[in-house]
Amino acid sequence: MKYFYQFKQAWNKSLSLRIIATTFIVSTILVTVIGLILINRVSSGILTSKESSSITEASSAINEAQKVVTATDTGAGAPNISTVVDTAVTALAVRAGQSGLYDVLFLASSDISKQGLPERGTNLVAENSVSEDLRSRVEKTEKLLWAYTEINYLDGRKIPGLVVAAPIKINNVENYSLFLLFPLDKEEETIGIIRSAVLATGIFLIFGLLILVWYLTRSVLSPVRKTADAAERLRMGLLNERVPVSGEDDLAKLAGSFNSMAASIQHQIGQLEQMSRMQKRFVSDVSHELRTPLTTVRMAADVLYESRDQYTGETARAAELLSTQIERFEILLSQLLEISRFDAGAADLSLNMVNIKDVIEKTADSLSNLLAKQETPVVITGSAPEIELDQRRIERVLRNLISNASEYGEGKPIEVEIGSDEDTIAVVVKDKGPGLEPGESSLVFNRFWRADPARARTTGGTGLGLAIALEDARLHSGWIDVWGSPGKGTMFRLTLPRIAHKAISSSSLPLGIGSEEKYELDMSALQEMLDPDTKIAKQ
Amino acid sequence: MARVLVVDDDQALSEMLGIVLRAEGYEALFCDDGSKAQGIFKETKPDLVLLDLMLPGIDGIEVCKRIRSESGVPIVMLTARGDTLDVVKGLESGADDYIVKPFKPKELVARIKARLRKEDVKAELLTLADLTIDVVGHSVKRNGKDISLTPLEFDLLLALARKPWQVYTREQLLTDVWHYRNPADTRLVNVHVQRLRAKVEHDPENPEIVMTVRGVGYKAGP
Repeated sequence: MKYFYQFKQAWNKSLSLRIIATTFIVSTILVTVIGLILINRVSSGILTSKESSSITEASSAINEAQKVVTATDTGAGAPNISTVVDTAVTALAVRAGQSGLYDVLFLASSDISKQGLPERGTNLVAENSVSEDLRSRVEKTEKLLWAYTEINYLDGRKIPGLVVAAPIKINNVENYSLFLLFPLDKEEETIGIIRSAVLATGIFLIFGLLILVWYLTRSVLSPVRKTADAAERLRMGLLNERVPVSGEDDLAKLAGSFNSMAASIQHQIGQLEQMSRMQKRFVSDVSHELRTPLTTVRMAADVLYESRDQYTGETARAAELLSTQIERFEILLSQLLEISRFDAGAADLSLNMVNIKDVIEKTADSLSNLLAKQETPVVITGSAPEIELDQRRIERVLRNLISNASEYGEGKPIEVEIGSDEDTIAVVVKDKGPGLEPGESSLVFNRFWRADPARARTTGGTGLGLAIALEDARLHSGWIDVWGSPGKGTMFRLTLPRIAHKAISSSSLPLGIGSEEKYELDMSALQEMLDPDTKIAKQ
Repeated sequence: MARVLVVDDDQALSEMLGIVLRAEGYEALFCDDGSKAQGIFKETKPDLVLLDLMLPGIDGIEVCKRIRSESGVPIVMLTARGDTLDVVKGLESGADDYIVKPFKPKELVARIKARLRKEDVKAELLTLADLTIDVVGHSVKRNGKDISLTPLEFDLLLALARKPWQVYTREQLLTDVWHYRNPADTRLVNVHVQRLRAKVEHDPENPEIVMTVRGVGYKAGP
């Protein structure tokens, strides 16, 4: 069963195996059928001609024997019969000649053989070479009879043969049967030679065909395989991959088309990369260039703010607004800069062995002002072993998740659960707020996306926080996914590999409530990230 | 009155820095071109240099190297880039501290004050390995020969030498030597320990005076 399964797999996988096996089966059947027909025709032809010549010879020999018998028939009496029989057999033996064209059996009829009448044979032919059936049939007929038989000799030899039989009357009284046994060993031998020749030809033909087919499949498949390999390498990002082109046949055309397709893809990707590099460069430059004037404005605003007591109410308020909004602007700018760093692939990790629970507690501590303002308690449960992570980034992720939960949590407790298994550690941050509408879970990580645009912005979030958090997690080869249901709250799950940069596919904590609990990672946000067009369409 | 040289090509920012510095009671001097910075520095002999990394003429890192080659004056870099490479390059070229734009005036003033702070010290002579540290004279001698350290490097060595039994974490050093209230970028410590070792160690690859304690921080050796 196991071998059958393996064979089936190989069968499905290998085109050349299928072609060769099919060729083998079909050619074997064809060669067998053709061989059988050929052998049959040839052997029946040989036997038929031998048969007719034997019967012609036999009938004249029997006539002669009858004449001899009639001529020597000198009247009644047992001794005479013996003489007659001897004379006839001798005459026949002389006729058959030295070459032994045939052997003779001259037998008395079964009804009189018991009386001790003489019977003769030539060359040690045994009586049982002739079947009882033939003997009894000869006694009842006047004509020639013939049948194929096996000629047995008294010395034990056995050869295939044709027996021609006729009744002979002696003294017009006694019934004798004359059997002429023509050996067919020469013919059998010829047929055997032909048969083995046909067999050898067939086997040779089948093997020749197999080799031919194997060579042809190989010569067709190897460029196809090479092209497939090249396509695979192209898929993996080796854009310089090309296939060697030789000749001008269909396969060369395939290789040529593949190469021009690869060149065109390479060109397009190069162009896109160039464009995206320029765009990222631009964003990064803009952010940098903005910083110097922003620093000046910031300091000016601070100077005004510090001396706001000297102004009247409205002007003092203006100085206050200027100061707070510049702060907001600054946060936005630094987040934009962070995002542009991610986009440019310039973000790097500085890993340290850290206990995630400490990081969570520290983060909650640093958010204590905000949490106190929202009157939101944070409950931390569970623990996990230390892992290597970039503390600054993970702190930022957790600050984002917890402040997000407090913003939408409507003052109900925020639950932070820590879990771990062999491959991952996970942190789930759960609020009991209004939750997410269906379809929103893949959108929350989009830049500048907000659950409800009309909502009052209590914490002044920028809409970039979760996008940055996801990038931070991805930088660790981790992932953040989200589950939410109207009225049941929202859960964010941060999953990090225990061994830095090891790919993960499931988390150590479930996401969702009740029957919706799932340990696999929900990668739908990745689709959104990679395909911004669907994002726009959905919005 | 301490004098601060502002090396920055952005006039508005320079002026604003001047306003803030004067409000804090410093005298502000200005230079808007990297290639002139060294000359103005020699002329004015400021107590501290605020140095923008992006400058026309010669860039901030080169200016930093040139000033450092002739003086141990505290240098605080202004950088628009928080990127690892630029910060480390700046620190390695001799800057004592850095501050990332945009910053609050208070942050800036705190950084300047920390670098200009003069502690009241009593006459004291410390020895560490074959080094003699004169606290009042701000000098370090080996076999009677002066080793020239910047004030920051001196402070770093002094902090370690005063408690040779104690292992300092990088965060502790940031608080004690740089006077950060919230411990920040520990690369400051790493880079300056390297610079200090280059000056005081016999073989900086196998330090015997400033020892690394793996996973914790540094201590005075042996």
